Amino acid sequence: MKAAVGTLAAGGMSARDTILLRVREALRLPAPMPHFKSLLPSVGSDIPSTHAGSTSSAGLAILPLDVARPWLPDGGDTPESQLAILATNLEKLRAQMHRVADLSAAADFVLSLARTRDWKRVAYHGHALVEPLLAGVPCATYRVDGADAFDKSALEHCDAGITACDAIVAQTGSILVSSATSGGRSLSILPHVHIVVATLDQIVSTLGDALHAAKHRGAGRMPSMLSFITGPSRTGDIERILVLGAHGPKELILILVG
Amino acid sequence: MIASDAQSPQLAKKKFLRDATVHVQDTGHRTFVQKALGGYFVSRDAQKARYRDWEQARDAASLAKWSAVNRLDELLPLFVANFEANGGQVHWARDAEEARRIILDLVREAKAKAIIKSKCMTSEEIHLNAALEKDGYGVIESDLGEFIQQLRGEPPYHFVFPCMHVRREEISDLFGKFLGTPPTSSPEELTMIARRHMRQLYVDADVGITGANFLVAETGQISITENEGNARLTAALPRVHISLSGIEKVVEHLDDLAVLLPILATAGAGQQMTCYNTLYAGPRRDGECDGPEEMHLVLLDNSRTAILADPEQRDSLHCIRCGACLNVCPIFKNVGGFTYGTTYQGPIGSVITPHLRGLSDWNHLSAASSLCGACSDVCPVRIDIHHHLLHNRRNAARTAPNRLEKFGHQIFVIVASRPWLFAAGGAIFRRTLGVLKRLPLPLLRDWMATRTLPAAPRKSFRQQWRQAGKDSL
Amino acid sequence: MKISLFIPCFVDQMTPQVGVAVAQVFERLGHTCEFRSGQTCCGQPSFNSGYWDEAREVAIRAIGVFDGAEVVVGPSGSCVAMMRVFYPELLKDTPHETAALDLAARTFEFGEFLVKKLGVTDVGARFPHRVTYHDGCHGLRELRVKDEPRQLLRAVRDLELLECDEAESCCGFGGLFSVKFPMISAAMAEVKGGSLARTQCDYIVSSDPSCQLQLDGWLQRNWRSPTGTIPRTIHLAEVLAGAPT
Repeated sequence: MKAAVGTLAAGGMSARDTILLRVREALRLPAPMPHFKSLLPSVGSDIPSTHAGSTSSAGLAILPLDVARPWLPDGGDTPESQLAILATNLEKLRAQMHRVADLSAAADFVLSLARTRDWKRVAYHGHALVEPLLAGVPCATYRVDGADAFDKSALEHCDAGITACDAIVAQTGSILVSSATSGGRSLSILPHVHIVVATLDQIVSTLGDALHAAKHRGAGRMPSMLSFITGPSRTGDIERILVLGAHGPKELILILVG
Repeated sequence: MIASDAQSPQLAKKKFLRDATVHVQDTGHRTFVQKALGGYFVSRDAQKARYRDWEQARDAASLAKWSAVNRLDELLPLFVANFEANGGQVHWARDAEEARRIILDLVREAKAKAIIKSKCMTSEEIHLNAALEKDGYGVIESDLGEFIQQLRGEPPYHFVFPCMHVRREEISDLFGKFLGTPPTSSPEELTMIARRHMRQLYVDADVGITGANFLVAETGQISITENEGNARLTAALPRVHISLSGIEKVVEHLDDLAVLLPILATAGAGQQMTCYNTLYAGPRRDGECDGPEEMHLVLLDNSRTAILADPEQRDSLHCIRCGACLNVCPIFKNVGGFTYGTTYQGPIGSVITPHLRGLSDWNHLSAASSLCGACSDVCPVRIDIHHHLLHNRRNAARTAPNRLEKFGHQIFVIVASRPWLFAAGGAIFRRTLGVLKRLPLPLLRDWMATRTLPAAPRKSFRQQWRQAGKDSL
Repeated sequence: MKISLFIPCFVDQMTPQVGVAVAQVFERLGHTCEFRSGQTCCGQPSFNSGYWDEAREVAIRAIGVFDGAEVVVGPSGSCVAMMRVFYPELLKDTPHETAALDLAARTFEFGEFLVKKLGVTDVGARFPHRVTYHDGCHGLRELRVKDEPRQLLRAVRDLELLECDEAESCCGFGGLFSVKFPMISAAMAEVKGGSLARTQCDYIVSSDPSCQLQLDGWLQRNWRSPTGTIPRTIHLAEVLAGAPT
């Protein structure tokens, strides 16, 4: 039984109900499991590969939902190894990492950047790690989450944006930002330079760890945006040649405090 | 039922053969495209090597999609409930026409003056841009590759690398023509031209349209993967965010992304992670300083439930659109992306297009393969792609057989069932091969023009065996 | 061991020397071979074209021919894949399914059989030439045969084994594919054949006679090398039997 396409005739089913009905009907017949390589007998077996998968009628428990996946790239078991892996990844991604002892040193670093680059305006948001970094910055500043409503144009004219972050993932060299902790959605993507300030204890080993923590930190009210940033913006669209700074920030600078 | 794109059954096939023939003879183009892909293999292998067990990672990715698609009846409503609880609005579209209508209505209600769009293959599938333009709305493609294709008036060449066939000089000319910029042969400068051009458009746009890579049922979030940051801008600055997604994109757990996001990047582009992987839970929340006021998600069926209903090929819905199968396919590399004449090219495109658009019209795509299996070997979610091409061929032979072909195979069965007839037929063939080679057989003309045929031996193996007095039954 | 030879239709009629070489190698190793003359074709052309009812008839017959054979060995990755991988699918949910699975369990490709079942890599061959190996897709991806032919070739006296840069690319034959889409097939032959020939080998070794036909056909017609010589294709069995034909 199919509802008339594109219409909701009187007494006819809604698109939602039609689609869900089609889904239920479709799933009446079970599909075989995929041909898991790691479950097949070892080399030398004579079982034809097309047949092995379809004999399984077991439920979904063949591979446990295992958060610690040893087959993905290593993220490091100790803070030292995680930091080392992170540093290697960031370098490969052409993101910059800068270690400082404290926020005051971080502020000095930002100041030197603003001077040498001759920045006219720097954007930021309200956060204990971020606000101190603006101390002494010679140019104008724009706070995105201030008393006034957010002004897209004002942000567009900023040379750099400074944000905090939710976590840093060693395994992939990713920085997790969110609309709750990093000044909304635009601050970490619109300005040409994105500066992230974080503490060492924000480093986690794997993507799975970061997702797990985000889910529980959200506790039913996730921020409207969570984004894993892995290096500066890039494209390979032109003859497959890598260019940085396609639309998002051309430079990504991580300041690690501690 | 989906109307096929108004072509007679033979027309699409003839066009395919014509375009393929033209394309394979364009050595310059083939070489350029194959060179462009060369770098992908190097990076991909390097990234694969970083996995401690690549095959297990594929198993995990495959299981995540298998369990989600096979429980879509539970997980799709769960996703919707959670997404709506986050403040998102869901719209259901049974087919392309309904999806276009819904989006047009949303755009009208938003009183949109400027629409910006990030990469969304599903929107290509439903021909959204043409519909919006017909209604008087200009749509800017913000993804660099899609933007270039939009200016060229061409669809994407490859669903991950839309303009891989275009040389930098051509892009320079294109920008000169449409944006008035001076010529340059630097990819960096060309990218900066596009970047500068887009920035004001992002700020001015009031509606942003994106796709979605994954729909996370557990948390009611949509996940979008990209390298450029244009999707993030599209979903950050405009007042209204519309996302379009096929219903099959559901995954159950947020944690599934811990393997799916890296494997998508590795298989698709030889990266460890794509630059931006973003989860959207809904429109801006209270306390957030920016973000869209409204977020709409259009869920599209458009024959996906038909594929779902085929247990043999249901796994083609596991596809995460990484494009790896295209990258390794010798057919794709030699005929190019446009020859397919479909939204989704390459091996996965050849599998699903008959379902989306009709088997009788599109089964030639499944026939145009040597079944080498490189696609299935590379697929991160273990879709049995090349075997599905066989299944499509079987289905086509059942429902719309070529009478002459079927007759030929029936004759072959008769011959193969009678060893004496087989041996006799073989002997005749071998004797006459010399003559046959010189005949202008129209069906075999192209085949014979491109190769030298061997000389036939005087005696077959079975003759030699018998004459040697060897053991046989 | 008594080895039942599976001689594909193409080998029987067009490249019988491959079958002869296979028998020679096994006999040299002390095994006896039988050839069941009731065999004709494995049915792959019909199967690949989607005419499964026709293919099924041929398959059922083939299964009957090899009934009771201890092991069945064939010099073709694609034909062995047809029997081992696809017969069970083709005959699923029919009364012949068990027989198909049974046959699959005792059917092997030539190189794989030598190395994995007989445990042999050195068959006492000599072949003083530069060779490169072409991985046929069925053997490579359906049967997972990759190292075995190379192990065998490395043990051949005076043979120099080279690798091309497109070892795993398809030659473009694909059976009836090459007839239905000849221009695409030719382009693929150009890529693979070119890569193989650029190793400047004397011979291209393959475990699949249909790949040989494709590559030979294209190279002989189209290859222009600086030295003027065109590499010839040869089956692994012929190399191991020790003499080119």
